[in-house]
Amino acid sequence: MIHDAPSAGRIRWGWFIAWVVVMAVLPLVFDDTHTLSLMAITALAGLSLALMWGYAGILSFGHAAYFGLGAYTYAIAAVNFGESTVPLLLSIVVPALLAAVIGAMMFWGRIGDVYLGVITLVVSLILFKFMNATAGDAYKIGDARLGGFNGIPGFQILNVPGDPSAQIFGVPFYYVIAVCLALCYLLCRWILSTAFGRTLVGIRENELRVELLGYDVPAHKTAVFTIGAGMAGLSGAFFAMWAEIVTPGVFALGMSAEMIVWVIAGGLGTLIGPMMGAAALTLLKLMLGQQTLIDNSLVLGAIMVIVVLLIPKGIVPTVAGWRSRRERSVASRRGQASGRKRRTVAVPATPGDGAGSAS
Amino acid sequence: MSEPVVETRDLSMRFGGVVAVNHVSFTLRERELRCLIGPNGAGKSTFFKCLTGQLDPGHDGGRVLVRGQDVTGWRPYRIVRLGVGIKTQVPSVMNGLTVLENLWLSARRIHGKAGADGAVEEVVGELELGPIARRSVGELGHGQRQMVELGMVLAQRPWLVLLDEPAAGLTGAELERLVGAIRRINQTAAVVVVDHDMHFVRMLDSLVTVFHQGSILIEGPAEAVLSDAKVREVYIGSRAA
Repeated sequence: MIHDAPSAGRIRWGWFIAWVVVMAVLPLVFDDTHTLSLMAITALAGLSLALMWGYAGILSFGHAAYFGLGAYTYAIAAVNFGESTVPLLLSIVVPALLAAVIGAMMFWGRIGDVYLGVITLVVSLILFKFMNATAGDAYKIGDARLGGFNGIPGFQILNVPGDPSAQIFGVPFYYVIAVCLALCYLLCRWILSTAFGRTLVGIRENELRVELLGYDVPAHKTAVFTIGAGMAGLSGAFFAMWAEIVTPGVFALGMSAEMIVWVIAGGLGTLIGPMMGAAALTLLKLMLGQQTLIDNSLVLGAIMVIVVLLIPKGIVPTVAGWRSRRERSVASRRGQASGRKRRTVAVPATPGDGAGSAS
Repeated sequence: MSEPVVETRDLSMRFGGVVAVNHVSFTLRERELRCLIGPNGAGKSTFFKCLTGQLDPGHDGGRVLVRGQDVTGWRPYRIVRLGVGIKTQVPSVMNGLTVLENLWLSARRIHGKAGADGAVEEVVGELELGPIARRSVGELGHGQRQMVELGMVLAQRPWLVLLDEPAAGLTGAELERLVGAIRRINQTAAVVVVDHDMHFVRMLDSLVTVFHQGSILIEGPAEAVLSDAKVREVYIGSRAA
């Protein structure tokens, strides 16, 4: 039993079960499972950034690179394999491998935080530019044409493993994503509860000190960067299935920026906050998309400014702070009340008329 | 004479045109306690950072050896894994974690999960950190943070301890506790203390190396060095006059 270890990995099972029940019930209440699926997909992408940024302090300005790479990997592999199981696994492995290489270069190369942001941003921009320039016939991987700015349409969507004809869409597709989201959440919690995860929290707090304690900080950061990229890749693959087309837009700067807003709005340093932030802002974006009065980006930008100014910790940590202050204040009032009661009973006006009965 | 635990050979560190450490050859032996002193800008902290791997002197910047092993250009964590404990100039602690959590992270690497709690308990007792054990380090005063960082070094049971300005900001009672702790550490480990608090250096009563303009000016017992005319001129300066 670890008594003194940093406690970032503790899970509140009551809340977790309530959350799973809500996810299970949502399709029964709302008909629009297409929107629910997208909310779960973005929640998964938000979770991946929450792990690497909120717990290891790695701010990836170009997180869309791994999301987009997952989407493209899935689409290309699905065209070639004609089924979804292997492509889905590749959509995790390929972004994770790219992140491992880039991460190793950045973290062992003693790159500072600012340059780390610039490098991750540039990687996503390179992929965006490259994919836009792949319209010619020469740009083929197996049977899959990359298609330039038109992207890759018409690939196999999710199917029952081993049976490509049994496609999974609609409500079952939502449940598959929801289960993956819950499993990834548990994976993150488990990681944070291990000695590795506790060291990550230490790195976030003071990287130099953790290195001076003898921990291989670059290895830890590369590992969590790789895990986060793998999860982002998985969410990208689900996004590709959801949209049934992949275009270079998945690598766009706006996509990376949105992910950062999800995490900031939901609450940096939590896992549930960025997931909620991602789902809520995705829903808001879809609702705003139905009107032409205000531009989507303006609203998201305004939300980010408001959150940073008014609730800089993000929604979930702020609400949690209010709750704990309220609980402390209630406990303190109860303590005072019982103290008064004890004094009233324990200090009788005259000896012998009930002294000691309070205990 | 015992084997050197730390040795620098012709160590130099340049920042552009500024030579912060200039061809320094230094030796520290087993269980030795050594104070490095010097005025601001003398190069002692830069020298310390070269010893701990925080700065790389480069190919032509001389060598740093720890128990005979060339560690020049190694990252700090590799040097620490040899059994070296390092305390930095500004208290380098994890502000968002409690004192116990800070100490646990330090102890876990050496003692594993099973032994970490016991090692933490020992350090808490040794440095009398009990009353603040469950407080967040970010809430503590400067002196308490210094002691927490020293505790993190102690929790690793190193055989070589490098302390950069451990007495900065400590009050009288804390200073005495620190001197006692350093003496206890020195029973099992060689210790280098970088400081410019003369009172503290006198209390330690060890061999002293004086840095001046990136080079070693003089080495010797504390009282002899501190009363040396050259040292008084370059280090104590107007205060001695």
